[in-house]
Amino acid sequence: MPASGRASRWGLRGFALGYLALLLMIPLGMIFYRAFEHIGPAFESITTPDALHAFYLTILVAAIAIPLNTIFGVGCALLLVRTNFRGKALINAIIDLPFAISPVVIGLALLLVYSRTGWFGGWLDDNGFQVAFALPGIVLATIFVTLPFVVREVVPVLHEIGDEQEQAARTLGANWWQTFWRVTLPAIRWGVSYGVVIATARALGEFGAVAVISGRIAGQTQTATIWIAQAFGNFDQPGAYLGAVVLALLAVSILVAMNLFKRKEAT
Amino acid sequence: MSIIVENASKNFGDFVAVDDVSLTVPDGSLTALLGPSGSGKSTLLRIIAGLESPDSGRIMIQGTDATAVPAQKRDVGFVFQHYAAFKHMTVHNNVAFGLRIRKREKAEIDQRVNELLALVHLDGLAERYPSQLSGGQRQRMALARALAVEPKVLLLDEPFGALDAQVRKELRAWLRRLHDEVHVTTIFVTHDQEEAMEVAEQIVVMNTGKVEQTGPPRELYEHPKSEFVMSFVGSVNRLGSLFVRPHDVEILQQPEPGADEAMIEHMVHLGFEVRVELVLAQGESLWAQITQNEAEQLELEKGQIVYVRPSRARVFDREGLSTDGHPTTEELQAA
Repeated sequence: MPASGRASRWGLRGFALGYLALLLMIPLGMIFYRAFEHIGPAFESITTPDALHAFYLTILVAAIAIPLNTIFGVGCALLLVRTNFRGKALINAIIDLPFAISPVVIGLALLLVYSRTGWFGGWLDDNGFQVAFALPGIVLATIFVTLPFVVREVVPVLHEIGDEQEQAARTLGANWWQTFWRVTLPAIRWGVSYGVVIATARALGEFGAVAVISGRIAGQTQTATIWIAQAFGNFDQPGAYLGAVVLALLAVSILVAMNLFKRKEAT
Repeated sequence: MSIIVENASKNFGDFVAVDDVSLTVPDGSLTALLGPSGSGKSTLLRIIAGLESPDSGRIMIQGTDATAVPAQKRDVGFVFQHYAAFKHMTVHNNVAFGLRIRKREKAEIDQRVNELLALVHLDGLAERYPSQLSGGQRQRMALARALAVEPKVLLLDEPFGALDAQVRKELRAWLRRLHDEVHVTTIFVTHDQEEAMEVAEQIVVMNTGKVEQTGPPRELYEHPKSEFVMSFVGSVNRLGSLFVRPHDVEILQQPEPGADEAMIEHMVHLGFEVRVELVLAQGESLWAQITQNEAEQLELEKGQIVYVRPSRARVFDREGLSTDGHPTTEELQAA
């Protein structure tokens, strides 16, 4: 019995590791290897003004979209868990749409509404506000694809903590806002943080929706992922690989920072 | 300060939680809302706190109408069954919460928190987190937190319900003493009649959303107005239309007028008290509560034939009104 138990445990571990290696670790490792194989030309390639602008744009878009989605996500989670209203099930279902719909479809849908010839875009354009093929469109697309992450992380945490702490705060004289800042938010902070981390990682890596709505103008509306795809298409493989490595390191560093912060607070 | 509830009702969908309840809680008293689960006692408490709003009726606290006043402005202290401790705050910060909301001076807050922690015997644990406390300690912290803002009334919702039997007993006695020191008008909800009798000066017995009877513990026990109160407050035997307390069942060795033949089915020795479980010739069963001394004097044994007679019984009519006193021979025979 112990011998077969050990064997099956090792078997499972081996399977999990092998699966991860084949799908994740070896391909990522290859990118690292290739990027540093021709580090000279690769470095030159990703320090061109267009490449730098693409990385700057990716970070800028995330810096706008993620805070907006965090506020929306926490508010929406509170609405879904702490209140009862007609149409709650509908809102609940709509929030998951970005999970279900392909980003390319999201990009096309946004284009239909916000491009010059679109339903709403013409009017905006006439009033001097260009959405499609500009920063606002890219931000919109990123907000769309990262919409569910914070909500879906915070909802179960709100359920778990219950509302007794909030009721206690109210009987002690706290108004809604004080209760939220001093009791609710500290109680859900790890759910929020985790939602923010995965939403940020998702925002940095977004390709499909942004590729459609941005117009991919080099040095203007090209984000990091689009620049990498273009570099690859232009036979600048070292540049594409190193660009990919930089993007991966950005996402990983956010994860690491969050973990360090969490560990520090836990002690 | 006194609390007056006037004709309060509350429904949750089709369920009538509180049904036209009126109630007066005197200034400085310690009152228990007693009833089985689903009797509406917790809902009534939450209505008084402002955590639920009644569908109809009025709540007066200290002579002013509080019905439309939100919970955070009602100046009530509320203690929850599961403590509702702020888990991310230390004990000190939990207790200081209400004072910080009221923007008191730091020195004043520290002094008040230390006083309260001493009052609830948690001095020395101020820098701990709730997760580092036992259940009883958490509930005392919650009580200190509620008392910190000097509430007009203190409301406790099954405060000892989540604690084990030993801690429950200690905290009951402690709450009684605390009330003698602090003297704030206090209402606590419980489903445990022993707890209510031990702690409260006044008990409000509730059933299916209505108040069955209000009075001091002894009055409820001695003069229950309804079948429900008699069987919920203390134990009771039912013999036909008669309701007899187990300690009012007389056990005799010889047949006497009004006494029925019965067989001892089982004897349970609980230390000082002995429970004698009996079956009457007609097949009805009842139990008698006697002292160990009495049991020894009567030389009672399992399987023995004895004669039983209620020394005191009650009859309730269809409306549940009671007739008090010693039963007549006819009544006993009818039973």
